[in-house]
Amino acid sequence: MPTVAMKVNGRSVSVEVQPHTLLVQALREKLRLTGTHVGCDTSQCGACVVHVNGRAIKSCTMLAMQAEGADVTTIEGLASNGKLHPMQDAFRENHGLQCGFCTPGMIMSAVDMVKRKGNDLDEHTIREELEGNLCRCTGYHNIVKAIAAGAKSMKGARA
Amino acid sequence: MSATGIGASVRRVEDQRFITGRGQYTDDIKRPYETHACFVRSPHAHATIKGIDKKKAEKMPGVLAILTGEDIAADKLGDLFCGWMVLSKDGSQMKNGSHPALAKGKVRYVGDHVAVVIAETLDQAKDAAAEVNVSYGTLPAVADLSKARDANAAQLHDNAPKNTVYEWVIGEADAVDAAIKQAKHVTKLTFVNNRLIPNAIEPRAAIGEYEPGTDSYTLWSTSQNPHVLRLGLSAFIGLAPEHKFRVISPDVGGGFGSKIFIYPEETVCVWASKKVGRPVRWTAERSESFQADAHGRDHITTVELALDGNNKMTALRVKTLANLGAYLSTFSSAVPTFLYAPLLSGQYAIPSIYCEVDGVYTNTAPVDAYRGAGRPEACYVIERVVEVAARELNMDPADLRKKNFVREFPYQTPVASQYDAGDYQASLDKAMQIADYKNFGKRKQESERKGKLRGIGFSAYIEACGVAPSNLAGALGCGVGLWESADIAVTPTGMVEVLTGSHSHGQGHETTFAQLVSDKLGIPMDHVAVVHGDTDKVQFGMGTYGSRSGAVGMSAISMALDKVIHKGKQVAAHVLEAADADIEFKNGKFTVAGTDKSAAFGEIALAAYVAHKFPTAHIEPGLKEHAFYDPTNFTFPAGTHIAEVEIDPDTGVTDIVNWVAVDDFGTVINPMIVEGQVHGGVAQGIGQALLENCVYDKDGQLLTGSYMDYTMPRADNLPSFKVDYTTTKCPSNPLGMKGCGEAGAIAAPVALMNAITNAVGHEDVAMPATSKTVWHAIQKARPAMRRAAE
Repeated sequence: MPTVAMKVNGRSVSVEVQPHTLLVQALREKLRLTGTHVGCDTSQCGACVVHVNGRAIKSCTMLAMQAEGADVTTIEGLASNGKLHPMQDAFRENHGLQCGFCTPGMIMSAVDMVKRKGNDLDEHTIREELEGNLCRCTGYHNIVKAIAAGAKSMKGARA
Repeated sequence: MSATGIGASVRRVEDQRFITGRGQYTDDIKRPYETHACFVRSPHAHATIKGIDKKKAEKMPGVLAILTGEDIAADKLGDLFCGWMVLSKDGSQMKNGSHPALAKGKVRYVGDHVAVVIAETLDQAKDAAAEVNVSYGTLPAVADLSKARDANAAQLHDNAPKNTVYEWVIGEADAVDAAIKQAKHVTKLTFVNNRLIPNAIEPRAAIGEYEPGTDSYTLWSTSQNPHVLRLGLSAFIGLAPEHKFRVISPDVGGGFGSKIFIYPEETVCVWASKKVGRPVRWTAERSESFQADAHGRDHITTVELALDGNNKMTALRVKTLANLGAYLSTFSSAVPTFLYAPLLSGQYAIPSIYCEVDGVYTNTAPVDAYRGAGRPEACYVIERVVEVAARELNMDPADLRKKNFVREFPYQTPVASQYDAGDYQASLDKAMQIADYKNFGKRKQESERKGKLRGIGFSAYIEACGVAPSNLAGALGCGVGLWESADIAVTPTGMVEVLTGSHSHGQGHETTFAQLVSDKLGIPMDHVAVVHGDTDKVQFGMGTYGSRSGAVGMSAISMALDKVIHKGKQVAAHVLEAADADIEFKNGKFTVAGTDKSAAFGEIALAAYVAHKFPTAHIEPGLKEHAFYDPTNFTFPAGTHIAEVEIDPDTGVTDIVNWVAVDDFGTVINPMIVEGQVHGGVAQGIGQALLENCVYDKDGQLLTGSYMDYTMPRADNLPSFKVDYTTTKCPSNPLGMKGCGEAGAIAAPVALMNAITNAVGHEDVAMPATSKTVWHAIQKARPAMRRAAE
């Protein structure tokens, strides 16, 4: 079986995969990083969003082998030294989650959104940028609040 | 109110694991030597199974077993069942078609379960499943609800002539007929309540595991009600006796009703785990969720509302055709009957009501409870006909409502519901004020200047939840009681474990239940752990659905806490050397009345377990009390939603520019969580009215089979919501709670449709009101609008 070597959450790993293994499957099954979720089979729901080389990627739509040599960050890698990322804090503070299943993908998308669109995000921008993330529980109202708040607190803190 | 007591917007305890990716959902769990199941599903909506050739598939790499309906029958497994007997008007029982976990002889919907392949890896199972050769004899299919009872329609079940499950009625036909004949005005409408697919973002999953050493089973399942699942699989399907069967619902990613039911897949995973001697796991792919999760709604209804010369409602007549799908799912029979018609009176005093509901089979997925379960359908009927009646009578829709509100409680409706307490005008007035209703006309003119249409719509909803008084449920045909259980186990160090029969799949019980305990016992919230979802840890409970965990689940906890306090006082009396009657308990302290002698809760807990200081012949050691709370009535949350829309007449695109929800939920434990429930419910309601539709073609092929075809609400389809409250406490439970989980989904669709039809000036607009549908309605309305302008 071929192997793929990459960095995941700052750790170098080498994982045995099939050529058709998806990145999300490699993360969940081989590395036991089950925080990244699978919610659909057509790349709509966004529960699988991770960062690959600094960009938000739907890990269900990428083959594990395409991540050869890449720097991958999952939800588990967002907190640093036991301290939550400001976006994680913002989701809890603003009740931006209920069942939690879409949440890792939402948070990863949100962090990427701030990188691309800045720290002062208005409601319209956030809602448009969330087109690739489905939530069935929250109606998005508090997710939008959380992302706006998280974006502000990311100012000055590490991205 | 303390920072963590009742009424505080405490941030959620459970969030820590969810925001860090440490949730434990069923698919996250890995069992030693586990195997993977892949289901072979029917590609036909209706067909006989002539034969299943497993020879090639069985030889493929990694395949451990291929099982079919013949194996199910050979092992004498019971059928999947419907737990609520509904009688037709002639007294006959509903026609229940046989429903084995794997099809026997016939398949009845696309996605129906024909066989299961169990293999070492999922890829191997899927590859082999593709090579299982099923020979079908295709039959004509009937997928169109309106055609299900045609003389020449395909028959799904031999014991259900004309595909009719039941013909159910409630109310007084004669009184209604007379009132309609004498009415000054009758408003009549016919419409469809469109079929929906719940689509929780976590797909259903199950892991079945048999342990030969103890002849016992474990099932991990995405169930909203693990004990009920165990009872069903044990007593009806016969997989194992309850005491040898552990069911665990770990973290569950949303349910909305779809994860209540007993499904073929988890049945098969448990059953097959003994046959292959290893754990068997299955997780739905999203396309399987579309095909085989229970669907929701799907009614065709005609309603007539009669009014007298003073614009008072005198009668309501409703006829509904309800699609139950290909088989009766676990609670399906009750949804378009007992959870529907008793709400048709709405917030109004209507002297006579009559409702007929015909439930039918079609070659589509089974239909069962989906957020609101019958009440969104009822609210749509009454609030749509009232709004149209107001327009026909040239009355302000708020005024017509105010003229007919129920104002004295308790109020006995003609459709069994007895409303306990409410103030419907208070929520209507508050909603109108927040929505700035009085200036709508100005905003409409402003929109028109920009070439847009603007509309406003009301939904003065009421619903019945907190299911349910057990005697009443039984009298109506329900096979189980609908009480709830709680066990409060205090530890020697004064920590508290709350074992609840409720289950949280997003509702935040680990926080709200802890708030109640913290409030009542006067101890910090982080001294409280809420335990749920495991039949090995928690006593029998009925689970979470029907907005019952507050009203019923928390009432059980409240009762058990009262017993803990009572026992604590007895122990404290000995510790503090006083009489029982002199002991008071407040703010976490037991005190001798009129003195400064006191002991903290933790001290008394320790004393109870150390048992040195009291006569154990009279007072048992320990501090652990349980309660089973049976509601004395349904609860009746109610309120008013007001939707305001702006529509582009060139494209038919609807923009929701304002949404106001004023709800009366009685006592609110955590406003932040309750608002979240309202947001989520309204989003699903808007989804129904604007975006979502489950479509089968005439041959029963599911056309909306993925998120590409089925329009889920996205963040940019929805506005932010304005949520507020009025409060009348629920008189029927210790906490005064009514429940809030489904109200948004119940109120929202009709509010939006009332707004859109108001904007467009045409009443015949179907849900979902897509841009195409709205655009066509605008064209139809144009001649009339031009005439009105002239």
